[in-house]
Amino acid sequence: MPPSAGTQRVAGRREGSPFTGLGPVFMKEFSDHLSSARMMVLMLFVIAFGALPVGLSLQELRNVTESDPFLFLRIFTSAPQRVPFSFTASLTLVIPLLAIGLGFDSVNSEFNRRTLSRVLSQPIYRDALLLGKFLGGLATLSVALVALWLIVLGAGLLLLGIPPRGVEVARGLGFLVVAIAFGGVWLAISMLFSVLFRSTATSALCALGVWLFFAILWPLIVPVLVLAVTPTNVAMGMGRLDETLAMIQMQSTLERLSPNTLFGEAVIGLLNPETRTLGPIIPSQMRGAIMGAPLPLDQSLLLIWPQVTGLVAAMIVVFAIAYVVFQREEVRA
Amino acid sequence: MANPAETPNVVEARGLLKLYGTQRAVDAIDLDIRRGEIFGLLGPNGAGKTTTILMMLGLTEISGGTVSVLGYDPVRQPLEVKRRVGYLPDAVGFYDHLTARENLRYTARLLDLPRRQTDARIEEALNSVNLADVIDKRVSTYSRGMRQRLGIAEIVMKKAEVAILDEPTSGLDPHATFELLEMIRRLKEAGVAVLLSSHLLDRVQSVCDRVALFNRGRIALIGTVVELANQVLGAGHPILVEASGTDVPAALGSVPGVQNVTQERAATWRVVADRDVRAAVAQRIVTSGGSLLRLDNLQPSLEEVYTSYFEQARNAA
Repeated sequence: MPPSAGTQRVAGRREGSPFTGLGPVFMKEFSDHLSSARMMVLMLFVIAFGALPVGLSLQELRNVTESDPFLFLRIFTSAPQRVPFSFTASLTLVIPLLAIGLGFDSVNSEFNRRTLSRVLSQPIYRDALLLGKFLGGLATLSVALVALWLIVLGAGLLLLGIPPRGVEVARGLGFLVVAIAFGGVWLAISMLFSVLFRSTATSALCALGVWLFFAILWPLIVPVLVLAVTPTNVAMGMGRLDETLAMIQMQSTLERLSPNTLFGEAVIGLLNPETRTLGPIIPSQMRGAIMGAPLPLDQSLLLIWPQVTGLVAAMIVVFAIAYVVFQREEVRA
Repeated sequence: MANPAETPNVVEARGLLKLYGTQRAVDAIDLDIRRGEIFGLLGPNGAGKTTTILMMLGLTEISGGTVSVLGYDPVRQPLEVKRRVGYLPDAVGFYDHLTARENLRYTARLLDLPRRQTDARIEEALNSVNLADVIDKRVSTYSRGMRQRLGIAEIVMKKAEVAILDEPTSGLDPHATFELLEMIRRLKEAGVAVLLSSHLLDRVQSVCDRVALFNRGRIALIGTVVELANQVLGAGHPILVEASGTDVPAALGSVPGVQNVTQERAATWRVVADRDVRAAVAQRIVTSGGSLLRLDNLQPSLEEVYTSYFEQARNAA
């Protein structure tokens, strides 16, 4: 960059709100998503993936005779015997796919359809375009997840025949918020690729690659990495307590680099009220605790607060990167 | 900031510079575009026409110099500029899954037009470009010419004071080109200053009041077509003579005022003189026993200017 351009940028403070035109962009994206065939396919996919574990676990839960104060939450978390994953586990897989499906072509398709320069020649900043697209996608995602959540709730009401308690609804709503934040991270990731690559196929492939990496590879790589830097005796379980703790902590820190882990931990903390910690715990810390006693909601929220913050932060950071790249992009073909 | 109404020029560029790395895409150009004129930017691909346009709209950063559009600075006040300037990009795109009406409605929302006026303005605009009968058809069914016209309709709906059209006629068939140029003329009649870039020279010649010839990021020539012709081809009145039965060069060589006679093809000569010599030429051919088949006053064509200029530029290099 030549020096003249640098000084120009310092001197040139642009006028007008960066959010001019945000509303129309948001509304257009939102209505485009909702009416698109792609959204139909994605919704079918989500419902199919969600219905299987929910239906099966509902069948099993109907036969539960012992009293469980959080019976309703079990619909979300219990893994039925006939399929190896729970509703929330299947959402960990499906939400990223939904978000990638909504975001992978959001910017580069405008470019390829040659609508980008025409839209940007209207009185809006690029900020409004990118943010509007992101919020439109996020709103669509929220609609899909709320619909799914209501379906599960309704099915539970019908098949279990008992209404959820207030605290269960509150925890369920918390779960919804966490799920939307998780979707937001993947939406931001897929939009970043749509800004980086002109080809929609490339950006879809890259976003799916990152998804596969975090869904399959990362959980396998982390133990290997941890073992590689841990002394043998500690790894064999013969180290001192603090050494072993350090190893476990390193492992969970690495695992938490994956949004999937953050989402999983936040969901466990919210939907399993008995969860007291998301990390290692030593017996002396458990003194006086009643095993299996549920935590109050505020304590559970406190427990998962770092995970939720992490998800929101990841969403903002990835979006910010996409924003910076998009600002510098040339609009001409 | 100057009141836009006071400036006679809608676009003023001074030393406008755009660097891509070390390459000077636009090399310190000065350009004035007057209110209500059609101005043509000409030049080969990669000469800096589109970059100049994008800098006027604030869609790409300026590396140096200044440009003001309607008195506004596109770097600091891009929203004010874009509110008043209509832009039709090269091979404009619309949302295929939406109808023409819906596409323009989205633009109207972005422009923040009053909702009550929107529909009336959209219909009026589409009427003016003869698309009223397909207003509710999806744009995916539109031909390229129709899309370009829809782009013009967008500018009409916007009530822009300046219309910037980038290669508006490229890829259109002759009829569609003719229609589009008609619409550009109508924009001018409505008081809109039109800036258009093109490489279709004869088409541009027919609508442009003034043109600028771009070459490697610089404006090589600027002015009316006749002015350009005088600069490049030299002053003079070229005429075309088609005759048989006599030695034309010999016969015309002695006509007063004739500077040179060159053969264009069989029985056809191009005669350049310092004044209008058509009457004298006709008389000379007839009296020398030849038969005069055709006598044409040659308008300087932009194509000739263009070709000749770039030939000279190549030879100089």
